[in-house]
Amino acid sequence: MENFFIKVKGIIEAADDSANYFLDNWNEHNFTVSKSSIFDIIKALKENGFQYLVDITGAHYPDTENEYQIVYHIHNLTENLRIRLKVNLDSKKLEVPSMVSLYDGANWMERETFDFYGISFTNHPNLTRILNVDDMDYHPMRKEYKLEDETRTDKSDKYFGR
Amino acid sequence: MSELDLNQQNTAISSETIDGQIATLNLGPTHPATHGIFQNILQVDGERILSAEQTVGYIHRAFEKLSERRPYNQITPITDRLNYCSSPINNIGWHMTVEKLIGAELPKRVDYMRVIVMELARIADHLVCNSVIGVDTGALTGFTYMFQEREKIYDLYEEICGARLTTNVGRIGGFDRDFSPGFYSKLNEFLKEFPKRFDEFSSMLERNRIFMDRCIGAGPISAERALSYSFAGPNLRAAGVDFDVRVMKPYSSYEDFNFEIPVGSDGDTYDRFMVRQQEIRESLKIIQQALDNMPEGKYHADIPDFYLPPKEEVYSSMEALIYHFKIIMGETAIPKGEVYHSVEGGNGELGYYLVSDGGRTPYRLHFRRPCFIYYQAYPEMIKGALLSDAILTMSSMNVIAGELDA
Amino acid sequence: MVKVVKAPEGIEGQGFFATSFDKVIGLARANSLWPLPFATSCCGIEFMATMGPNYDLARFGSERMSFSPRQADLLIVAGTISKKLGPVLKKVYDQMAEPKWVLSVGACASSGGIFDTYSVLQGIDHVIPVDVYVPGCPPRPEQIIEGVLKIQELAKNESLRRRDSVEYKKMLESYNIEQQ
Repeated sequence: MENFFIKVKGIIEAADDSANYFLDNWNEHNFTVSKSSIFDIIKALKENGFQYLVDITGAHYPDTENEYQIVYHIHNLTENLRIRLKVNLDSKKLEVPSMVSLYDGANWMERETFDFYGISFTNHPNLTRILNVDDMDYHPMRKEYKLEDETRTDKSDKYFGR
Repeated sequence: MSELDLNQQNTAISSETIDGQIATLNLGPTHPATHGIFQNILQVDGERILSAEQTVGYIHRAFEKLSERRPYNQITPITDRLNYCSSPINNIGWHMTVEKLIGAELPKRVDYMRVIVMELARIADHLVCNSVIGVDTGALTGFTYMFQEREKIYDLYEEICGARLTTNVGRIGGFDRDFSPGFYSKLNEFLKEFPKRFDEFSSMLERNRIFMDRCIGAGPISAERALSYSFAGPNLRAAGVDFDVRVMKPYSSYEDFNFEIPVGSDGDTYDRFMVRQQEIRESLKIIQQALDNMPEGKYHADIPDFYLPPKEEVYSSMEALIYHFKIIMGETAIPKGEVYHSVEGGNGELGYYLVSDGGRTPYRLHFRRPCFIYYQAYPEMIKGALLSDAILTMSSMNVIAGELDA
Repeated sequence: MVKVVKAPEGIEGQGFFATSFDKVIGLARANSLWPLPFATSCCGIEFMATMGPNYDLARFGSERMSFSPRQADLLIVAGTISKKLGPVLKKVYDQMAEPKWVLSVGACASSGGIFDTYSVLQGIDHVIPVDVYVPGCPPRPEQIIEGVLKIQELAKNESLRRRDSVEYKKMLESYNIEQQ
């Protein structure tokens, strides 16, 4: 598996020279890559046996340089190798290429990330809200929004310690 | 008017009108056959389905945002409600994620205890799915018999944690108490009696001519398409790919146990049913092995920062009192970092992506829910099928609404 | 041993039994409530266990689970109701014929439960009138049966004119429900 991982690292660094790798304390491989090369990287990985897209999700880090982050987990079944790819996004341009043409399973994963964070995926066939009501006008998982519904009248936050 | 020809079939409607009639059928959110709340708007031509448009999110409860508010040990009741048919697996998966983050070492006894509880949960989940497949084909008796067996599993849960369905079992670091003698006697009786009842259920359906005719060929999916849709669990194994998280990335000492992974070939409803049947038998084997080889030791890890000290010490020693206070108020310091841990749930790879910034609650917690991901493939699986096959496919995929919407 | 329901008070004689309509119709309605299980999440599985052989609900008259609103008497809402599902619930309630009762099973249906979030309806009594609430997360099958028994008490003692009365109409208007 070691040789295969070195080959994978070579592929990623060849596609994106600003790729940043570190092996964290839990023995998981993390790569931080740029938005422009993520599609080519995942395409190259898929051709090298990474057939199983585990998850696509997003995260919001306000008050930092790169406010939004998309995290991809991808797995190779034959070599039993799992890597994590992260793409940092700026809040002014929240766009990432969509992986739907490579993996059909990415369709709803990206819709969920759009629903929660407002990150748009270019070339997605149907980028609409999936879990929340369709006429919701904000993206609830962003840190600036509260958990509770502001318009409810029957519960007083005073009694719930908030 | 021409003479009536009695030899000709009397078709008053011309065939063009029949072929051009495409009806829209709403398999709405509340429907007796969709076990869960999700909507499919189907375009049907007669009885054949042409396409389906799905709407989910009818019980979206905002788990991910809710878990950013709660301290680590208060998130366990939330994970219960993901796949509520097998809630111990969700609880233990969450505890393992936190233990991975803090780097806790667990005694072997805890691993074996967890394996017993998780395999019982897997049996309970598969029993629901299989009896519901029986109900959808018209065999209601199997449902009644197997729900009686689930009551015995609920009795076992009550011995360990006190609750029936949403168990909230265990703690970060192990269990809150050792298994009682009542649990062992009930488990031994279960392992003796359940296989006989299960064989009765299997003999009713497995080689039944009518059941096989209904299920074979209903809702097939090939291995390549299943992998492209990121299937996992029994659905993927029925399609032919032997991917099981317990074997590929073993956790909780699963590598000590001797069990097989059943794999199907066509990915249709019959294969999914049979894969689940065989997995129940394998789970029984695993539980028997864990019970026979249970090592001695403590039932919890040695992590005083996260595991409540015994009450006698709280009343007598100062450090224990401080630990108790900090754990209950949720003020424990936790290392910064991010981990991803997955367990083999009843439906496949259930993953937890946890980002911690050192505070009392997670900064970001994402659940990788298998139901949500593989339900996308449903329109492709029922294309061209009859309406009754579509209902059967949906129940054989074991879509649990709590896990779908989270 | 089979327990039979007690007959109402009345005047008995050779070949006849005279009592009031209210009592007889109440007795018949109470012991043959056909529920519509509107089961959404975890409470739905406990409801399935209540229907199962161990805690049989059918012995109280709810033998046939009617999934069609037109033929149901009792709407059992078990599980979390989100804001997206609220209109659907109201539509199902509207489609039921009078007399109808509503049983709200579980903490989520009664008040939103532990999910005090932006997407969960904090109790179904924001959209439909409820008769009996069963607390619990999830409630044990015995508690669900107790809820059904309380509905039976309500059905037995209900006056025949209640559904046409002014107070009932006013209550329905407060929920924006048009009486059929």
